[in-house]
Amino acid sequence: MSYFAFLSEHGPTMLLGTVTTVKVLICSTILYVIISLIFGLMRLSKNPIIQGTATAYIEFFRGTSLLVQLFWFYYVLPFFGLSLEAFTAGVVAIGMNFGAYGAEIVRGGILAVPKGQWEGAFALNFTPAKRMRKIIIPQIFPIILPPAANLTVELLKATALVALVTVVDLTFEAKQINSITWLSAQCFGTALLIYYIISRFFLVPFLRWLEVLAARKVGKEKI
Amino acid sequence: MNAEWRWDFAIEILPQMLLATLNTILAAGIGYAIAAIVGLLFLLGQRTPIKIVNIINREIVEFIRSTPLLIQLFFVYFVLPQFGITLSAWVCGMITIGLHFGTYLSEVYRGALEGVPKTQWEACRALNFSTAYTYRKIVLPQAFPIAIPGMGNYLVGIFKDTPLLSTIGVAELFHAATAVGGYHYRYLEPYTIVGIIFLTLSIPAAIWIRKIEKNVNLAQGKIKKEQF
Repeated sequence: MSYFAFLSEHGPTMLLGTVTTVKVLICSTILYVIISLIFGLMRLSKNPIIQGTATAYIEFFRGTSLLVQLFWFYYVLPFFGLSLEAFTAGVVAIGMNFGAYGAEIVRGGILAVPKGQWEGAFALNFTPAKRMRKIIIPQIFPIILPPAANLTVELLKATALVALVTVVDLTFEAKQINSITWLSAQCFGTALLIYYIISRFFLVPFLRWLEVLAARKVGKEKI
Repeated sequence: MNAEWRWDFAIEILPQMLLATLNTILAAGIGYAIAAIVGLLFLLGQRTPIKIVNIINREIVEFIRSTPLLIQLFFVYFVLPQFGITLSAWVCGMITIGLHFGTYLSEVYRGALEGVPKTQWEACRALNFSTAYTYRKIVLPQAFPIAIPGMGNYLVGIFKDTPLLSTIGVAELFHAATAVGGYHYRYLEPYTIVGIIFLTLSIPAAIWIRKIEKNVNLAQGKIKKEQF
């Protein structure tokens, strides 16, 4: 069977899987951004309970494997009466795992805002909340976006794992087609190519564009 | 289904899990050793003066870095037999992990080499040192501490990615947990134990790496004793 015959027969199925992969990617990216902002801020809190919670969360999710967390969410939570759909379990597990990594990036970004900005906001008698919201947070984006972009590409790769908890995504379809046709090179080669195309031609340019946008917002033009 | 944590069951399966942990550690160790060497090869490809080699090298690295390890595992495991090369799951897993993380380590090496100030090279040139001598005595000793944090992080990273090997049937910790869970139809204890074992291994590893980093920096005179 030529490669084109393979594509015309199984291409549509793989594209359907790709749509699911993109859905997982978008949902878990939104979740991880929210979690990393919240926990990044909590990590810098003066209150030992809040800070301790954030540290425990981050160490826990960074210390264990994503696959283990994924299986825990999908297979163990039902024992506690909380049954998640495979898609939800996948998104939540990936979002929470990458949120822990993202929180460290956010923390680093907040600490990297020049001291003068903190002192300026203090001198102008801003409340701590307003100082954070109006002065510090808008300035962290040019700092955190390059590492966050790397993390997001990692996240795209991690979405392949949701296939193992029966989410019908690109990896799942590739595996399925492989078990029917045994054309392994074509199946997995195509899947690898699709992931590569998503990352190289869609995700990375979009993240670069965000970086330029963020740099422009704070008046640091980036070429 | 009852949600109760059963201690007797947990203790019963614990020896089996700990035995499987040895396999996980072995897999991470071998994978890391291969990755460290593959990383050097990619670094060589990147630094040769032949332009076409550089471009091909970069594209290969980009491709491996932006595709999921899971599918790479499947690819190596299922495709090689089509060409008459039949390897065991262990060998396939080690090759794939070595290749995948080798690309990351080559970036770490590159960053470390570029982190050595240019003036060091110029001074060596002025002193008429040979290239080999420059690398051995001046550049590499300075590049090494820069590379340590990255290399340590990927050691922990490989360790945390070894559960993926269970998908092609390598009998490591996660594989054992799934097997035990399926046999007794209780997943709570096996998966929780796996999580705990991972935590107890990876957090001390991270702390240990941070300590080495500080020690090397101290030996290099980058930080003072008081800061330690």
